[in-house]
Amino acid sequence: MSDTPATKSGFSLRGPGMSKFLEVYGIILVVVMMMLVLAVIKPEVFLSAQNLTNILKQNASLALLALGMYVVIVTAGIDLSVGSIMGLSMVCLAVASKAGVPWPIVLLIGPAIGLLVGWVNGVGLTVLKLPHPFIMTLGTLNVARGLTYLISNGAPISGLQPEVRYIGQAYFGLGLPPPAGIPASLILVAVCAIGLWFFLEKTNMGRHIFAIGGNPHAARVSGINVDQTLVVVYMISGFMAGLSGLLLAGRTDSGFPNAGIGIELDAIAAVIIGGASFFGGRGTVLGVLAGVLIMGILRNGLNINNVSAFWQQILIGLVIIIAVYIDVLRRRAAVRR
Amino acid sequence: MAAMLLEARGISKYFGAITALRDVNFHVAPGEVLGVVGDNGAGKSTLMKILSGLFTPSEGELIFSGAPVKFGSPKDAQKLGIEMVYQDFALAGNMPIYENIYLGREPGMKFGPLTIVDHKRSRQMATDHLDRLHIHVKSVEQNTEDLSGGQRQAVAIARATAFDAKLVIMDEPTAALAIKEVGKVLDLVRSLKQHGVAVIIISHRMDDIFYCCDRVMALYQGTNFAEAELGKTSRNEVIGWIMGTKGHTASLAHDNMH
Repeated sequence: MSDTPATKSGFSLRGPGMSKFLEVYGIILVVVMMMLVLAVIKPEVFLSAQNLTNILKQNASLALLALGMYVVIVTAGIDLSVGSIMGLSMVCLAVASKAGVPWPIVLLIGPAIGLLVGWVNGVGLTVLKLPHPFIMTLGTLNVARGLTYLISNGAPISGLQPEVRYIGQAYFGLGLPPPAGIPASLILVAVCAIGLWFFLEKTNMGRHIFAIGGNPHAARVSGINVDQTLVVVYMISGFMAGLSGLLLAGRTDSGFPNAGIGIELDAIAAVIIGGASFFGGRGTVLGVLAGVLIMGILRNGLNINNVSAFWQQILIGLVIIIAVYIDVLRRRAAVRR
Repeated sequence: MAAMLLEARGISKYFGAITALRDVNFHVAPGEVLGVVGDNGAGKSTLMKILSGLFTPSEGELIFSGAPVKFGSPKDAQKLGIEMVYQDFALAGNMPIYENIYLGREPGMKFGPLTIVDHKRSRQMATDHLDRLHIHVKSVEQNTEDLSGGQRQAVAIARATAFDAKLVIMDEPTAALAIKEVGKVLDLVRSLKQHGVAVIIISHRMDDIFYCCDRVMALYQGTNFAEAELGKTSRNEVIGWIMGTKGHTASLAHDNMH
């Protein structure tokens, strides 16, 4: 809670107040510092409107996946199926679009598939009582990917209706010369992030999700319907994955069956880099977006400096380890306080 | 027996082939503090979970303020003012004190199943409620994981009494506390009694029982074994009940001090 009046809480500004500030906004400083470094090294490339817009566009799908993954990780769960949901959504809506289904319905297909697979994940976890969400979502990862190949026969399907492509491709120039402008995908990410923030911080169900992550027993005896809440959590994650499928299909004007393979791990990495605890109950929406940006800017920075993609992967791996280690150090310092 | 708050008649509970409780009778009056003792496996926890709605009895009935009741979940019991304080406090450590107190019952605007939580009002309500109970914390914004055992227990009791509780059931309320905090928590129990709240304390510690209870009952192997007003029994006799013996208690007592 950043709106604590210092007088009421009795915290001095330099003590826990300062560390609380860093906990919430420190990650933003990391993003700003990365941007400054790149701006100094390659000012003419990195700061170009085209490059900055590209970073946002390329990472919009990942941002949606990471937001959904974040809700799951807050409950100390994990959703491995989001990449496959994304692929299945893309292929299904591409098939429907080619078959001449009216575009308003095509737009709903991705999110609807996401909700459905998310519901299956949630029910598998709570009704079948599988021991860990890792197992249930590993199952649906394979099932959804298999369905994707079955439906597409393993081949990409391209040529979507213009209305379906809109969200992935549209631009608001704001009178600036192209390619500068605000991509529609950025607006979608912003709306989702703000909506999710409101849901998690201001509604009882959002608070119950945090309580489940902190202590599921406490949540249960407080009269919270834990199982029902968990089903909703996995449906949110699936919904976001379906939406990101719609976004990527629009951007690439196709549904390709290999889309999103392994991207669930990027989403998990972004959430963890953004400061959410893998053991549940901790994290912020702002941190998740920063985590996505850190990965995106790192990749972009290495690209424009002609560093090979192989090195990029090594660096991303190191960043994950360092980010979590910093979190460990901070927590240890908090305990000593 | 006219003004009993909660009465249990002929309660039995089976878990498959295991009989946890057999024909247990029980009652508690408003403002009464009842100590429930018994060895591990005597059925204390099962009985309390039935009273708080976590379990449904296999046989028997519960009567609340003269009318038979059935609980499908802890929420049903809460609606009547029956609250449970768990041995491990059952708090979400990652959340502030005020959110723990109102967890599951957040104040705010309701839209169907969803409530837009009024955090400001919730903080104020928590502060006022803690003041009423004379519980002192630095700030209701503190996460409960940053509190001592006694403070956590106090927050758990505050949560149990946040909504006009009639009966508070406490499972081993002092087991996880530092010795210097035990007295404060037991004083809190006495102040609940003064507010007319009935309290059931499950405890192994004779000190707790003899400090704040009015009456003590013992369970032994899932059945009623003995019960007495506190003034009409002694520590040694109660310890004997726990071990399943009546009479000749002096020889069985673990502290032959007198």
